[in-house]
Amino acid sequence: MVVADTERLTAKTFGVEDSHPDWCGGCGDFGILSAVKQALAKLGRPPHEVAVISGIGCAGKLPHYINSYGLHTLHGRALNVATGVKLANQDLEVLVAGGDGDGYGIGAGYLVNSGRRNLNIAYLVHNNGVYGLTKGQAAPTMRRGQKTKGMAEAAIQESVNPIGLAIASGYTFIARGYAMAQPDLVDLIVQAVQHRGTALIDILQPCPIYNDLMTIDFFRGRDVGHNRIYRLEDEGFDGRVHDPSNPDEIVAKQQAAIAKSFEWGDRIPTGVLYQVAAPTYEDELAGRLPELGANSLLDLATPGRDISRLEDAYR
Amino acid sequence: MKENALSWMIGGPALTGGVNSSAEVFAKACARAGLYVFSNIEYHSNIMGRHISYRVRTSDTPVHSHVEHVDLLLALDSETLFGTPEYQDYQRHGGHLHRVAPDGVVILDAKAKIDHSAIERDDIHVVALAYDDLVRESVEELGVTYNARRHSVMRNMVPIGASCALLDFDINHVVSLVAEVLPAHRQDMVEMNRHVLLHAAEQARRAYAKEEFHVTLRPRPERNGHMLIKGVDAVGIAKIHAGCGFQTYYPIAPASDESVMLERHQTSYPIVVLQAEDEIASMNMAVGAAHAGVRASTSTAGPGFSLMAEGLGFASITEAAGPVVVLWQRGGPSTGLPTRQSQQDLRFALQPAHGEFPHIVVAPGDAREAARITHMAFNWGDRYQMPVVVLADKFIANSLVTLEDLGLDGLPVDRGEYWTLEMNGSEPYRRHRLTESGISPRAVFGTPGGQYVTTSDEHTERGRIDEQVENRMAQMDKRMQKLDLAAQEIPDEWQYEFIGPEDADVTIVGWGSTRGPITDALPVLQSEHGIAANFLQIRLLRPFPASVVQEKLGGARKVLLVEDNYMGQLGMLIAEQTGIKLERMALKYDGRPFSQDEVVEAVCEHSEADLGRLVLSHP
Repeated sequence: MVVADTERLTAKTFGVEDSHPDWCGGCGDFGILSAVKQALAKLGRPPHEVAVISGIGCAGKLPHYINSYGLHTLHGRALNVATGVKLANQDLEVLVAGGDGDGYGIGAGYLVNSGRRNLNIAYLVHNNGVYGLTKGQAAPTMRRGQKTKGMAEAAIQESVNPIGLAIASGYTFIARGYAMAQPDLVDLIVQAVQHRGTALIDILQPCPIYNDLMTIDFFRGRDVGHNRIYRLEDEGFDGRVHDPSNPDEIVAKQQAAIAKSFEWGDRIPTGVLYQVAAPTYEDELAGRLPELGANSLLDLATPGRDISRLEDAYR
Repeated sequence: MKENALSWMIGGPALTGGVNSSAEVFAKACARAGLYVFSNIEYHSNIMGRHISYRVRTSDTPVHSHVEHVDLLLALDSETLFGTPEYQDYQRHGGHLHRVAPDGVVILDAKAKIDHSAIERDDIHVVALAYDDLVRESVEELGVTYNARRHSVMRNMVPIGASCALLDFDINHVVSLVAEVLPAHRQDMVEMNRHVLLHAAEQARRAYAKEEFHVTLRPRPERNGHMLIKGVDAVGIAKIHAGCGFQTYYPIAPASDESVMLERHQTSYPIVVLQAEDEIASMNMAVGAAHAGVRASTSTAGPGFSLMAEGLGFASITEAAGPVVVLWQRGGPSTGLPTRQSQQDLRFALQPAHGEFPHIVVAPGDAREAARITHMAFNWGDRYQMPVVVLADKFIANSLVTLEDLGLDGLPVDRGEYWTLEMNGSEPYRRHRLTESGISPRAVFGTPGGQYVTTSDEHTERGRIDEQVENRMAQMDKRMQKLDLAAQEIPDEWQYEFIGPEDADVTIVGWGSTRGPITDALPVLQSEHGIAANFLQIRLLRPFPASVVQEKLGGARKVLLVEDNYMGQLGMLIAEQTGIKLERMALKYDGRPFSQDEVVEAVCEHSEADLGRLVLSHP
C-alpha cells in the first residue's frame, strides 16, 4: 500500500476498491458515503490520519468503504469508542457514523453525554426513521401515529427531536442534511469537521425498502408541488453565535434552532441550525495538563514512569 | 505479656465519628514505629451515621489478615458495643462487645449514651473518658479559648491517646503524624493535639484498674521505612508505572477510590482519567484508546462489570491491545452488598459476555500482588491483543497493609508486536493476519499506510465482514490459539504459588484475597494444632494452569477449598479443567472476609471429621 499524496487528495483517495457496499439500490447511505469521501478530500488530511468510528446497522458499515482507519463497533456505542480514540491520539481526525436507532435510541445516553463533553469530533447520524437491518421496525424518529408498510401497527410513542436534544445536551455545532442533496451535504460535513467541538449532523435519508413514508418523492414534495427540503441560509436564518461571550445571544440562537427543529411537514429545513465557539474537552484537559496541548497521550504515556515519590508518600 | 501482637478495633457512626481518621492515624503510627500492620474496615453503603468498624492488627512478623478477637475496643457509641436496637429492622448488626478477648479493654466516651450495666462481662475492663471535656481542658490549658466547631475534631485523638497509654506506646509516634497532616498555617494545632493525647493517656492510665495491659507495642526502628497502603492505591500506582494513559470509570464502591487516586495525580503523571456516563461507556472508551495505541484501563465492581460485558467481547473479537479491567468484587447479586467482601464473580469474569472469545483473568492475593499483576496485565493486553481482567475484591481494595515496596521495579515491559509500512511492501495491511503464533502485528491508528477497518462482526484478515465457513474457523482458531500461547509464555510465578511444605496433612486451595488469612493461618495450624498444611494459590484463572493444579492436588493427602462465595466457584473450575472434584470446602458468603481464625477453624474441623461443605460466619 502506498502512502497517499496529500497534495492531490480526491474522493477516490478515500475510496476502497475491493470492498463494495451491500446497501440496497436507492439507499441514502450511498449519498452519505459519497459526501463523506468528497468532504475528506476537501479537508486535506491523508487517509492514515482519519478514523471513522461507526455503530451497528446499515449505517454502521460505512467505514468499510472508506480508505482510512476505522472501527465498526457496537450498537449505540460508537461515540464511546470514538471518545477513546480521539483522546488517545488528538492528531487523528475522528468521524463518527451511525443510524438514528443507534444514536437516538440505544445510544441516546451517549448522544447526550458526548454533547456535554464537546470533544473535537463530528457525528453523522443517518436518519431514515426505521431499523432497516432488522427489517423495518420503527426507529425513535418515527412519529406518533405513523405506520410504514413494514410495521404491524402505527407508532404509539412520541418521536425524539434530535436537534432539540442536541441543543439541550450542549452540542456546539448542529446541522441537518439530506443524503440526496450532495453539494450541500459535502459542505456541511466539511464545516462539521472543521468546527472545534462536537458537531452533530442529522442526515435525512430514504430507506427505499422499509420506509414508504420518507421516500425520495416525499422529500421532493411531489404531493405538495414543491421541494420539502429547503436551505435555512436561503431564508436568512443564521444559527451561528457571533459573540460567544454574550449569553443572551446564545440563548436566542438556541431557541431559534429549537423552534426550527419542530418544522416538519410541508417544509423541512436543512443547513446549520446552531453553532457556537466553546472550549473543547481537549482544551479543558490541556488546562489541567499543559503537555497535552502539544502532544497526544500516545506520546506522553510511556511505561516505566518513576513512581518512587508516589511510593514514598505512603511511608 | 504479648509484645506487638495486637488486635485493635474502633467503632462508631460514619462521617461524624472520625472512625476512619482515628484508625488510619493509629495504623500509620504503628507502621512508622516499625510494626507490621494489617488494617481492615467494615462499613455500610451510607454517608453519615451508620456503623463503621475499623480494625488494626499489628505484629512482629508480616500480617495479611485480621483475627476474630479484639484486645482493645474503642466504642464511640452504644451501637459499637451492643449493636442496633431491637426495634430497628434495617442496617442491623450485633455490635462487637462479644469480640473483646478476656482481659481485654473497652474504651468509651463517658458522655455517650452507653448503658454500662448492659456490658455484663466481668472478664473485661471498661475505661470511660469524657472526650469533649478532655479536649476542652487540653485546649484551655494552652491558654486558647475552646471553640467546639474548631476543636472538637481533636476528639479523634482521645481513643488514640488512651490506646497509647495501655499499650505503653509513645504518643510522639502520633504527634509527628499530626504535624505532617496539618497544613502549615494550622501547625498551632499540633501542640493542642499533643495535649489531648497526653491527657487522654493520663486519664486512661488512671481509669484502667490494672497495673499492666497484656499487650505492649515496642517500636522496631530497624523497620520503620515501610509503606502503609490500600489495594486501590497500590493498583493506581502500578497503572502510572505501567504507562497507562487513559483510565475511565463510573463511580461505584469499592472501585472508584482507585480512579480518584489517579485523578489526584493526573497532572504529575500524564494520564487522562475520564468519569464516564456509565460502565458501558467506560469500557468502550477504553477499547477505543487501546486501538489507538495507548495503554488503557477501567476499574469497576460487579454491577459495573455486568454493563461492561458487551464491550469486553468487542475488544476481544477486534483484537484490541487490552484494555485492563480491574474488577473489585463486592457482594452480589445485583446491588447486593455494595461495601462488603465477596469472591462471587469468578465464573462471571471467566465468561463475561456472549460467544466464545479469548481474554485473560488473573487474581492477585493482596495489595502488592495487585500492583505487580496490574503491571503485567498491560503487557499481556499488548502482547496477546485481548482484554485482561484483574480480579480483585473489597478486602484488597480497602485494607491497609505494610509493605517494603510494591515490587514494580524491574518488571518487564512488553508492548507487543507493531506493524510498520516496511513490513508489507506493496501488500495491503492485514490487521488480523493469520500467523503461526496467532498474533498479528498491530498498526496503531495513525500509522502511515496501515489504514484498516475492523469490526465486531466476524471478519477477514483485513477486517472485512465475512461469514465464509473457512474464514470463520480460521479466525476463531487464531483468536483462541492466543490463549494457548499465553498459557505457555506467562511465567509460573504469575500462574500460581505453592506455599508451605511439599508434604502436608492438608492442602488448602484458593484464589485472590483469601491468600492473606490462609498464609497467616499456616504457621498457627502447625504450632498450635500440629497440623502441617500447605497452600496452592491459583493466580491465573484463564488460561488455567490445569497441569500444575492436577499435579499439586492429585498428590495431596487432603484438599480443602477455601472461597468467599456460596458455590465454591474455583472448585467448579478445577473440576472442569482437571476432573478433580473437591469434596471438602470452607465457604463464606456473609459478605465478610475470612479471618485467620476462620481458616484455622475450617482446617481443624475438616481434619477431625469429613464435613464436606462447611460454611463459616462470625457475626
